[in-house]
Amino acid sequence: MTLSTDEILEGVLDGDHRALARAITKIENREDGYRDVVAGLYEHTGSADVIGITGSPGAGKSTLVDKMASTYRDQGLTVGIVAIDPSSPYTGGAVLGDRIRMASNVGDMDVFFRSMSARGSLGGLSTATADAVKALDAFGKDKVIIETVGAGQNEIDIVRAADTVAVLVPPGSGDNVQMLKAGILEIADVFVVNKADVDGADRTVQELKEMVHMGDGHVSVSGGHHGMGVEADVDMPGDDEPEHEPWETPVLETVATTGEGVDAFLSTLAEHADWLADTGQLAAKRRMRTAEEIRTLLRNDAASIVEAEIAERGGVEEMAERVLAGDTDPYTIADDVLAPMQDAIRET
Amino acid sequence: MSANQEGRSIRCLVAKVGLDGHDRGAHVIARAFRDAGFEVIYSGLHKAPDEIVQAAVQEDVDVVGISILSGAHNTLVPKVIEGLKEYGAFEDTLILVGGVVPDDDKRELKEMGVAEVFGPGTPMEETIEFVRENAPER
Repeated sequence: MTLSTDEILEGVLDGDHRALARAITKIENREDGYRDVVAGLYEHTGSADVIGITGSPGAGKSTLVDKMASTYRDQGLTVGIVAIDPSSPYTGGAVLGDRIRMASNVGDMDVFFRSMSARGSLGGLSTATADAVKALDAFGKDKVIIETVGAGQNEIDIVRAADTVAVLVPPGSGDNVQMLKAGILEIADVFVVNKADVDGADRTVQELKEMVHMGDGHVSVSGGHHGMGVEADVDMPGDDEPEHEPWETPVLETVATTGEGVDAFLSTLAEHADWLADTGQLAAKRRMRTAEEIRTLLRNDAASIVEAEIAERGGVEEMAERVLAGDTDPYTIADDVLAPMQDAIRET
Repeated sequence: MSANQEGRSIRCLVAKVGLDGHDRGAHVIARAFRDAGFEVIYSGLHKAPDEIVQAAVQEDVDVVGISILSGAHNTLVPKVIEGLKEYGAFEDTLILVGGVVPDDDKRELKEMGVAEVFGPGTPMEETIEFVRENAPER
């Protein structure tokens, strides 16, 4: 049963699970028609709360996500989950193991769990994830959770698709601090020390709290329009806006295996969502995200035009041969390939 | 179809159904499939047919491989197949069974819609090749 693009669109908006699953497959594989699917779904998005969960392997992300989903279900909310696992760079194969932890929600179709592999396509994964989230949003899920290992830039880009990002930190080991240094600190809206019943959890909580406080001094200097030598009675654009409390990243404790602390965690997520809405941050965030999406899309599209042009001219290896033979250099080749395109742009 | 690494890779659900705690075989298959370039979702032990159906539909897998060593295949496999039909996922999903299945039962399972039954001692390459050749065109 091959579904057409229209059938998929109709099905997703109609609440058909098979259509939703197929839509995400299309998005993931960049199959023909995936653009039409995403474009068609776009106007139906924006109602779901999107939550990102990241943290080092073994931090307990999947187990926590499972408990989150079942708590949301108890509240009568529907949940969509996208879980991203690494794939082998050599074979492209992968074992996607997050599903195995979803023990509390088996057989419940209102929890839509989808595993995705971080396969090859450079920079494409964050776009694919964001598009998959849109499909779940358009389907009508109240909460959409993105789960990914926080290891590098790629993963950080992925959780950017979320409105609220929780970073899970397992207790003990100085490695956490190392991980946090790598830019994860900036993306966290909430820190969760999972496995809080393990020795050393208190210390990790303490360390994180200190780090948050230290970071706070730098981050909250948002205006920067003072001391520029302007007259005192000049209207400062920012000064008329109502004062808002800045969001101080809370540090919470959970034991995902027993569900301890999960309620508090979810209320904190809700508080953050309210804060985003009240301060206008949500609109700003979504504007930035959409801008970034457009930019990425254009960049990828432009790259594929260039790829086609390279192939047209005999492939990049042939060009390399010419450079190595001393006939030309990479810059001349680049100018050469791009010249007709630049001309075409100038003319229009 | 050709499993183009750039475009799509074959997605497989390796499933253990019912009261059967022997998953060494399922693990070996999962790893072999991974190394063959497939994306493998492993269900975990002791799953009910409903759970397998849920996973197969949501993950939109091309292949469902059911591992049964308990002898309950005649009860459990039809339930999985019915569930897949209910969600319109039966026609374009390749259903395989692995385990100890008597010849008479094999025939019955195949009539029901199981593409192939792999018994003990089946070379890994044979299973992988079968999946490559028979993964549904979509």
